[in-house]
Amino acid sequence: MMAVLVGKHTRLIVQGLTGKEGSFHAEQCMKAGTNVVGGVTPNKGGTTHEINCVQLPIFNTVADARKATQANTTVIFVPPPFAADAIMEAGAAGIELIICITEGIPVVDMMRVKQFLQDECPDSRLIGPNCPGVITPGEAKIGIMPVHIHLPGRVGVVSRSGTLTYEAVDQLTQRGIGQSTCIGIGGDPINGTNFIDCLALFQADPDTDAIIMIGEIGGTAEEEAAAYAKANVTKPIVCFIAGQTAPPGKRMGHAGAIISGGKGTAAEKMKALTDAGITVVESPADMGATLANLLTAKV
Amino acid sequence: MKIHEYQAKSIFAQYGIAVPNGFVATTSSGAVEVAAKLSTPKVVVKAQIHAGGRGKGGGVKVVDNNAQAVETAANAILGMQLVTHQTGPEGQKVKTVLVEEGSNIVRELYLAIVMDRDTSRPVLMASTEGGMDIEKVAEETPEKLLKIYIHPSLGLQAFQTRQVCYGLGLNPTQAKQATQLMQGLYKMFIEKDCSLVEINPMIITADDAVFALDGKVNFDSNALYRHPELVAMRDTDEEDPLEVEASKFNLNYIKLDGEVACMVNGAGLAMATMDIVKLYGSAPANFLDVGGSATDEALENAFRIIMSDKSVKVVFINIFGGILRCDKLASGVVKAAKALDMKLPIVIRMKGTNVDLGKQILAESGLRYEVGETLEEAASKVVACLNKTAVAV
Repeated sequence: MMAVLVGKHTRLIVQGLTGKEGSFHAEQCMKAGTNVVGGVTPNKGGTTHEINCVQLPIFNTVADARKATQANTTVIFVPPPFAADAIMEAGAAGIELIICITEGIPVVDMMRVKQFLQDECPDSRLIGPNCPGVITPGEAKIGIMPVHIHLPGRVGVVSRSGTLTYEAVDQLTQRGIGQSTCIGIGGDPINGTNFIDCLALFQADPDTDAIIMIGEIGGTAEEEAAAYAKANVTKPIVCFIAGQTAPPGKRMGHAGAIISGGKGTAAEKMKALTDAGITVVESPADMGATLANLLTAKV
Repeated sequence: MKIHEYQAKSIFAQYGIAVPNGFVATTSSGAVEVAAKLSTPKVVVKAQIHAGGRGKGGGVKVVDNNAQAVETAANAILGMQLVTHQTGPEGQKVKTVLVEEGSNIVRELYLAIVMDRDTSRPVLMASTEGGMDIEKVAEETPEKLLKIYIHPSLGLQAFQTRQVCYGLGLNPTQAKQATQLMQGLYKMFIEKDCSLVEINPMIITADDAVFALDGKVNFDSNALYRHPELVAMRDTDEEDPLEVEASKFNLNYIKLDGEVACMVNGAGLAMATMDIVKLYGSAPANFLDVGGSATDEALENAFRIIMSDKSVKVVFINIFGGILRCDKLASGVVKAAKALDMKLPIVIRMKGTNVDLGKQILAESGLRYEVGETLEEAASKVVACLNKTAVAV
């Protein structure tokens, strides 16, 4: 098995498959080689949904879907009012990897989801919400990222942002540098898998040689990742922090991207990361070139 | 979303949190009328704007409870451009005052609940340093800021409220009231989907009563769909007019004070675009994330909105097509640019889904623009355009 989290072993169900977005993106995922085994839409169990000339079975519950298909991964495309419930249902059904794309889930709902997963579903891992998903190029794509910009390879990418991840991936691919796995951890203040989890995965992965980490203003996840990386990560890391010019007290698009009480600035994060020995680039245009230089220096 | 102090206090009251008696007025005669219903010898006339630091800016006056004094105070405050450290130099116009009973203050304390991102649970913060800038307290004397982490499913426990009461040095009479206040505040925080509830100061009066003398509440915008009663409290006069306009089309727009209008998809890339504009020596006029599912109408309006900022000298469009297709973006921009009879230079950088189709639409449109293939090329062209404009002037 190559890379981390998703790959040829992935057996994916789509929660919200029969909706417009779920349907569209399930098709894109299948075209990218992902093994989609079914979908979940309450009250449509027993029917099928055709995508790409394949009749995918629809189940009323995630538990039914798991039992019938041995799904190990789910991707969630349900609207915000129902998304927290969908995550908990997947966890309760024993799904190992839960990827929630939905943007706009109330933070109080996510607080409860996080507690529920901790207490009841220690073997489930949540990615997101409000994220582009996870891709292991050449093996499986689970999410909404454009597949054609990716190239199979040996750089792990982890990011709080969607399109900025595409930017980083594109800079790598343009230089002939491929990616092992790209993980969007999402832009919400409370999320599942964090930077530290992903750094640990990449450090342990024999198919990953180097890491690009993309943070942004708000919270202290980058500072904690810096401390973790200093003690535990030996692979080279290039980091960019978005929002160096963001004003305080304003939510910059992402619910989690806000400088509050003078805390969570890009400058603080960049300093903590630099102090931890991580290569921090000031310009988002320099992510790919800087990583290429680090790889060359290493050889 | 933010609300006014008087609105916060009306919600406080619903949750059993004691607040001083008071009424709002929008005219000085109205202020005199409501003051007559208050029984204390002193009343407080408070400007209702969203920004903090109102007292220092002259927006809060304590006066004798008689018609003339109240009228003078209300006259001075209503209609003023109140400048505080949070409003910016132009200040904020005061339309409403809150007239409240004066309190005999013995102690000023601090109490707040926010969502703590590190622990993914609410944290109640209390301090003996009420009325102060709490960020300063946290910075300089962190030992004076008591933090209580609340279990998401169990809620605020009795031992935790006792910890706060002892920490603040309250006597049993005060502690009983403060406990009720804290329980109410936590209930409100959860039920109303708050991202911040802050009482600064929470006061102790000479007769051992505990009151919320001020109230600041922010709500989680993601949860407003289930709170029509809160949406009704929104005061768009307190927000930037362009930001209000953008919110009608579900666009994430924030006005800044630079000269490069930015139109980007995705919050991270939008911030990164602002950052690179700054690195190349200019400044962004706005943050704009048009999102992934923008309609033609939203795209046209996005362009119109960034262009209605008078300080804009050049437009930087940076799109990495994922869900948002480049052809769709291109036709939206062409339509909007034509409708606006666009004269300013445009630099476009497009990548991703349907990029060739998007470029073709732009090329055939007759629109004048420059193309940057990479982020750095686009940023240098933006700055070059600015320099040309400067020479032309």
